[in-house]
Amino acid sequence: MTATSSQNEAVASDGSVPVLSAVNVVKEFKVAGGHITAVDNVSVDFHAGKVLAVVGESGSGKSTLARMLLRLMPVTSGTIKYLGKDVTNIKGSELRAYWRDVQAVFQDPFSSFNQFFTVGQTLRRRMSAKQGDESLDELIERCLSYVGLKSRDAVNKFPHQLSGGQRQRVMIARALMMNPKVLLADEATSMLDASLRVSALNVLQDLRDRLGLTVLFITHDIGQACYLADEVVVMENGLVVERGLTDDVIFNPQNAYTKRLLADVPDLKGSLKSRNN
Amino acid sequence: MTNVPQSAILAEEAEPKPGPGSQVTATTRPSWRNLNFGPRMWVALTIIFLIVLMAEVGPFVYPYKSSLKVGSLYDEPSAAHLLGTDNFGHDIIAVLMNSTRNSLLNGLLAGTLAVFIGVLIGILAGYVGGWFEELLMGITNIVVAIPSIVVLILISMSLQHTNVGFLKGIGGLALVIGITSWPWTARAVRAQASSVATREHIDIAKLSGAGTPSILIRDVLPYLASYVVMAWVLQLASAILAESTLSMLGLGPSGTDSLGIELHWALAFQAVSTGAWWAFLPPTIILTLISFSLLYLQSSLDEVFNPRLRRGKKKNLAKAAARRAETARKLAQQNEKVEVLS
Ligand SMILES: Nc1ncnc2c1ncn2[C@@H]1O[C@H](COP(=O)(O)OP(=O)(O)OP(=O)(O)O)[C@@H](O)[C@H]1O
Ligand SMILES: [Mg+2]
Repeated sequence: MTATSSQNEAVASDGSVPVLSAVNVVKEFKVAGGHITAVDNVSVDFHAGKVLAVVGESGSGKSTLARMLLRLMPVTSGTIKYLGKDVTNIKGSELRAYWRDVQAVFQDPFSSFNQFFTVGQTLRRRMSAKQGDESLDELIERCLSYVGLKSRDAVNKFPHQLSGGQRQRVMIARALMMNPKVLLADEATSMLDASLRVSALNVLQDLRDRLGLTVLFITHDIGQACYLADEVVVMENGLVVERGLTDDVIFNPQNAYTKRLLADVPDLKGSLKSRNN
Repeated sequence: MTNVPQSAILAEEAEPKPGPGSQVTATTRPSWRNLNFGPRMWVALTIIFLIVLMAEVGPFVYPYKSSLKVGSLYDEPSAAHLLGTDNFGHDIIAVLMNSTRNSLLNGLLAGTLAVFIGVLIGILAGYVGGWFEELLMGITNIVVAIPSIVVLILISMSLQHTNVGFLKGIGGLALVIGITSWPWTARAVRAQASSVATREHIDIAKLSGAGTPSILIRDVLPYLASYVVMAWVLQLASAILAESTLSMLGLGPSGTDSLGIELHWALAFQAVSTGAWWAFLPPTIILTLISFSLLYLQSSLDEVFNPRLRRGKKKNLAKAAARRAETARKLAQQNEKVEVLS
């Protein structure tokens, strides 16, 4: 465990403009016989160089919130702001510019791949041959090595020739290659085994510390959230029921739902205490 | 071994032209390798191959030209003319080969045109969605609602009075059939495209900076390739039948041969009532064989192509179901592997 000490000096909003924020965002889906509110009047702020974890049970609206933040799904009402600018309705080249800065790793590593492309073709898509002072191949090599993959082994493979965890790691590498300012990771580590998961989390942590990457880390596993996040938002049925600095939420949960989530991870407090010492 | 490249060619021909530098065909290739061809496919392909061989190579080796008068009205089959002569005294076999060639050509032009229009409209409607989809599907429904045989008759009658050679001949008829028969392809493709559009790889492509044309050609079209090929095969069959129907009714091009025109003359010259079976049976048999083999090919292709892409219409239900199925399958595969290993 290589938890850095920086995360324990967790910082909340200090009055600076958040990088990305959702303001009173609502998403309703029409379903047979009425509609459901998947995200109910949620406001969250992402501060530069911080990891914000969104925790909640399956179906609590985490992915829906992420897709709205990514502008891949229209909001029913509310506003998405990026660097203080309203991006709720941008289109065309503005939207593409937004997507250069805000990247994502999706929950489902199977449907995230175009099965007709090799890993190399997927990673190379739309990338120019020269990336700063390194070649595209070097960039691919570096980003794949972040997630424990060898470029030589991976790039010529088709998605169906990779395991679920390998696909997930390729997708993390793809997002990192774009050199984003904000990364939304939706259950990005769900298929990784414990040691790969830790190393993926460490990569995110490392990028936050070195490059000031802002991360939205979506998970149903409050343990991972605590390991990585500076702040935690707990969602239940589309509502934010608790939010705060990670340690406050863990050691002093106010909401019954949060308490229940925490109770499901028996030695979380113990491990965090030992980590703090 | 003709089938693999052949089906690859079908896919290429049926797809709208990929932009320069596109790698669609290169990247779809791996999936062809996994196809497994059943005996039905071989039967269908063999019949098609023999018919094409007869139509394309036959005229070069057969001693009589189809326009040559070699006898009189309905000469009975003889050693010199194995299937006798038609009402003009032309050798039936020579006419049959030429007719088959023209009918196939007509089917190819009309079917490809119909698939092209249908795929273009279907893929745009399904991918873009919203009011654009409503608009395109509205147009499609209007085209469906107009009784196509009436349109076919009207347009082909007016084409007979044009001065453009191409339109007067088999090409004009093909054009007419092509622009009236695309709607069902558009509908089928739209349903598929809208379910492919909910896959997350589309979102990944957007995040990677790909534009809409690139996404349509590289991320949507390959997933529809099996549908496009099947639609093309069916459109070929229906275009050939439509041509023969129109020609038999006397609405076909004049001065050329086609299977329908042969039947038209056979009817006009009382071949059926005078018992001149050699005038109407051969074209009927060839027509039946062509449509049978194409339909048979289509149904065997249906089994060959990956059923993974066959999803329902309701976008989100389908999305959820597909995700679950895919995950479950993956888990099952992993379990199998584990079992095999242990
Ligand atoms: N396209 C859609 N149409 C209708 N309902 C939807 C749609 N997408 C999501 N929902 C519903 O919205 C709710 C929230 O879904 P969401 O995917 O955001 O949950 P989640 O928190 O990401 O869950 P998980 O941890 O299982 O991924 C669920 O009840 C889901 O059924
Ligand atoms: Mg989710």
